Amino acid sequence: MSSVTVSAAGTAAGLLSRRRIGSAGRRVLSRVLAAVLVLFASATVTFFALHLTPGDPVRAVLGGPTANPSPATIAATIAEFGLDQPLHVQYGLYMSRLASGNLGMSFSQRQPVVDVIAAQVGPTLQLMASSIVVAWLLALASVMATTRRHPLLQGLGSALETISAALPQFWLALVLLAIFAFGLRWFPPQGNQGALSLVLPTLALALPLAGFLAQVTRESLELALDQPFILSARTRGLSDGAVRWRHALRHAVLPGISLSAWAVGSLIGNAVLVEVIFSRQGLGRVLYQAVTRQDMPLTIGVTLLVTLVYILASAAADLIFVLVDPRLKAQHL
Amino acid sequence: MTEATVRPALVVEGLAVTLGRGVHRRRVVSDVSFTVAPGKAVALVGESGSGKSVTARSLVGLAGDGADVTARALRYGNIDLSALDERAWRRLRGKDIGFVLQDALVSLDPLRVVGDEIAEALAAHGWGTAASRKRRVLELLDSVGIPEPELRARQRPDQLSGGLRQRALIATALALDPPILIADEPTTALDTTVQAQILALLETIKQRGTGLLIISHDLAVVSRIADEVVVLNHGEAMEQGPTAEVLSRPRHAYTRLLINSVPGARPRKPRAAPATTETVLEADGLVKSYVGPDGVDRVAVDDVGFALKAGRTIGIVGESGSGKSTTARIALGLLDPDHGAVRFDGAPWAGSGEARVRERDRRRQRPHLGVVYQDPLSSFDPRWTVAEILGDALDAGGVPAAEHATRIGELLERVRLPVETAGRRPLQLSGGQRQRIAIARSLAASPKVIVCDEPVSALDVSVQAQVLELLDELQRETGVAYLFISHDLGVIRQVSDEVLVMFGGRVVERGPTEEVLGNPQHLFTQKLVAAIPAHVAGLDAVGASLPG
Amino acid sequence: MTSPMTLSDALPGRAIASHIRIGRLPPASAVIPCLFLVLLILAAIEPRLFTAANPLAIAPREAFQPPGPAHLFGTDQSGRDIFTRVIYGARQSLLLGVGAVAVSMTLAIALGLIGGLGGRITQRAVGWTLDVLFSFPTLILALLFASHLGNGIGPLIIATGIGNVPGYARMVLGQVVSARHAGYVEAARALGHSPARIIRRHILPNAMRPLIVTVTMGIGQAIVWSSALSFLGLGAKPPAAEWGTMLSMGRDFVQRAWWVTFFPGLFIVLTTLSTTMVGRYLQRRLEGRLP
Repeated sequence: MSSVTVSAAGTAAGLLSRRRIGSAGRRVLSRVLAAVLVLFASATVTFFALHLTPGDPVRAVLGGPTANPSPATIAATIAEFGLDQPLHVQYGLYMSRLASGNLGMSFSQRQPVVDVIAAQVGPTLQLMASSIVVAWLLALASVMATTRRHPLLQGLGSALETISAALPQFWLALVLLAIFAFGLRWFPPQGNQGALSLVLPTLALALPLAGFLAQVTRESLELALDQPFILSARTRGLSDGAVRWRHALRHAVLPGISLSAWAVGSLIGNAVLVEVIFSRQGLGRVLYQAVTRQDMPLTIGVTLLVTLVYILASAAADLIFVLVDPRLKAQHL
Repeated sequence: MTEATVRPALVVEGLAVTLGRGVHRRRVVSDVSFTVAPGKAVALVGESGSGKSVTARSLVGLAGDGADVTARALRYGNIDLSALDERAWRRLRGKDIGFVLQDALVSLDPLRVVGDEIAEALAAHGWGTAASRKRRVLELLDSVGIPEPELRARQRPDQLSGGLRQRALIATALALDPPILIADEPTTALDTTVQAQILALLETIKQRGTGLLIISHDLAVVSRIADEVVVLNHGEAMEQGPTAEVLSRPRHAYTRLLINSVPGARPRKPRAAPATTETVLEADGLVKSYVGPDGVDRVAVDDVGFALKAGRTIGIVGESGSGKSTTARIALGLLDPDHGAVRFDGAPWAGSGEARVRERDRRRQRPHLGVVYQDPLSSFDPRWTVAEILGDALDAGGVPAAEHATRIGELLERVRLPVETAGRRPLQLSGGQRQRIAIARSLAASPKVIVCDEPVSALDVSVQAQVLELLDELQRETGVAYLFISHDLGVIRQVSDEVLVMFGGRVVERGPTEEVLGNPQHLFTQKLVAAIPAHVAGLDAVGASLPG
Repeated sequence: MTSPMTLSDALPGRAIASHIRIGRLPPASAVIPCLFLVLLILAAIEPRLFTAANPLAIAPREAFQPPGPAHLFGTDQSGRDIFTRVIYGARQSLLLGVGAVAVSMTLAIALGLIGGLGGRITQRAVGWTLDVLFSFPTLILALLFASHLGNGIGPLIIATGIGNVPGYARMVLGQVVSARHAGYVEAARALGHSPARIIRRHILPNAMRPLIVTVTMGIGQAIVWSSALSFLGLGAKPPAAEWGTMLSMGRDFVQRAWWVTFFPGLFIVLTTLSTTMVGRYLQRRLEGRLP
């Protein structure tokens, strides 16, 4: 959920390895091609994940397990969605429609998937953007203030980071609700009206992520501060603060940037929980409803969007990485 | 430059430094004294752990957290350095005392352009305006001999060659024209020919009136530039005095050991002709190219060949990127050549196309072709003890498990290691001990040839000498042949019967070692020969007169 | 200088000495989490060691008692003792954590080995597949499977396990590939050992060793993930004493009874924290011996 220190190492390696292409134009083209392939594969994974497991899509279409449709309606529905075809035919049908840009109709909401997503995407993107920004600010504040300072301060910073990283978002959301919404009444307990309603959901997502980013950044800041160029800068008369901010920080943020694409992905996943708890509109809640109601087109639609966001976030993270560390670019251009 | 004023000197008397915390706390420097006068160069010489770097760092107040620095006198001009607080130290660093670390690739911020690094040194002391700093940066780059300063100022360390990079690093330290310049291993990790250029630059700086303090493990460097030398061992000054005197008439045994250990100080000892003259490893017309990261083919090895006879040593010398290590890997059968072929022990060993040899066919013979790497640690499985490492090699040579214990004891004895070493892990051993284990491993199956790829480059000189000695003795005892790769012509001179000089993937010169060294034909070889320590004033005579 | 006798004498002595050195008491930051985990395991084996009450017994008249001497962690909407329920929840939660990690690791190791030991094409294919799967956030991947596998602890274990496969598999793949290119592997090749022996004696042990850390930390993480699924109503059915389910039930009463959600969540946090810290200690120890 948050302190996935475990998969972090793998993530960093994977993201770095993908940054290896030729000239700028070729790089963009091959990235776009790779993205299309990934989207295609993502839809495939979702399609089969939903079909490998038991469940009755006909009932899903007609309003879930509690519906009581007539045999005629069932037959009509089966014909309409091609549900009587073998799985590979259904897959072929779905994919060919997808290739032409048609995400289909939502089973449960009875309207085009595109419309459902378009209506809900805004609040989720807003929540993610504010969460990642807040997470980075908190992480940098903690790391820059406490790394290699007084042992007590350092221990405190490190402990706070470890604890934040271990907080499950859904529990944190409930605790924040109990304290700040119901107890102190500073923020509204639910909905997405106004900036105030964004504060608690953002904190619930950002705190654990901040703990995680801080752990990664702290480690790399410590490594950076041990590098000879730091000593070298100090022999030129630079102060400790100048060395930290002007030299070490730039090196220290690199691993965190690599992990940020993964972090954005995990934020969408966790948005499911947070949006449900705060009764916020958004893709997370839509996805949750789509999955529980076995609404295949809507589920695939949302996972495709999630994949797309992940791809874009990866591209953005790579771009930022190269801006911070131009050595990589020089190797490829 | 301030020619009129007298530049202050740096006076150190009875310096002592204590480092570490708790049980690890110990004194690393005791009672070291010297004076760095304007226009003079003092050298601190010692091996790793001698306390030379700590000494240098405590002169700019950067000995490290928890360091306790005391001295009878620690003066720069009229300033008492032992009384400075951090703020005062900062004003002094860079402005009064400049500092150059080794390896500019990591001692300059790898993410910034060198112009910014130099300008930052100026800005830290409030020097000039942004525009005047910019001009000063170009001036400085020019003064340390960097061509096209406008272009270079906008490049990062990784975009510069090793020599330019080191010059740029020196420029950062010279930015405010400090009267004193401390250089910590300024030429280590540079190719031999580049080393000479950097030393020449330091010489110029000295002649401009700057006082130099040079920290080095390398007597050759010291003999070229220092007026006075301080020999450090375990934090204590063993001997000190004018360079020529200390090097030509060393009084202390440790100084003699250091001088005697300089590779190439003595030519190869004469030896009896080997019993057989069969050729054991033979390469012919080797070519290997790589596709670089930019998609362009690079020829790493171009038409390289040699014939190694039993009990003899062929040395391959060259700078980084000369193709010597690629040649070693092809000879080992770990890399297939694009053209050409290798024969080992009379049978095809590696080739290309039709002549390609399958790994399956090589495997049986592999134990008879040993290898010793520069970094032995990474060549050992980190989970294993020495006994397991050697047992594994004995397994490969088909020695029955029942005999392992006896044979491991024998192998350790052969490489002059105590038997207790068997129970330890490589990580717990010193660099020299690790290299001995690597040699023991390669000896496990009575090899005919051992390929040594820079086997002593990472070792201190005295340890280097011991390992070279060991290799020499093993050759006499067992008649093993060596293919010996090194960037150090001194090392090559000491061990090789025959030498191949590689440059840009090609063999530019070859022949019996003393012939090539005595009368180098190729320009590159001449440069290399000019740079080896044995040809440095003073050392030649000493080396020859010392008992072997 | 030496004989086989002194050699074999030397070996055990050294071995013991190195064990003593390594067996030094670990720091408090490792001991305390370890103690907590031991207590948790005890609670999972025999909850009655810690509480005499019945986790399912309802007492409507005692509903929503705040924490106090009678009910350490308070009571829920049906008057059930939350402390007792948290203790009884340990079994389910640990089972979920260990089970899910076992599922993830089995799949991840299989994929990682196929990719890491296979040829260039296999390696790229596996790598790419994992990259695609990695674009699915863990919770979403788990959700896709969980909703259709039905309720109960088995489906929950499988769904949580699958959700974590991409991340773990990429890590295993990375480990195998880096072990494969290690200096000691080339050295073993130069000695003439067969590929099978090199894989068995070098690549597998060295690639798998860091996974001890992954597994330790992963158990805590898996508990969080599975609680999240339970929280969404996809896990154990209420009124089962499972931490995620308890949180889910208490959610509606956050306004009047914070303790109903606070304590089960606190135990999730403490468990994750403990496994993280123990894992980190193991990591430091492994790295201390590895270069």
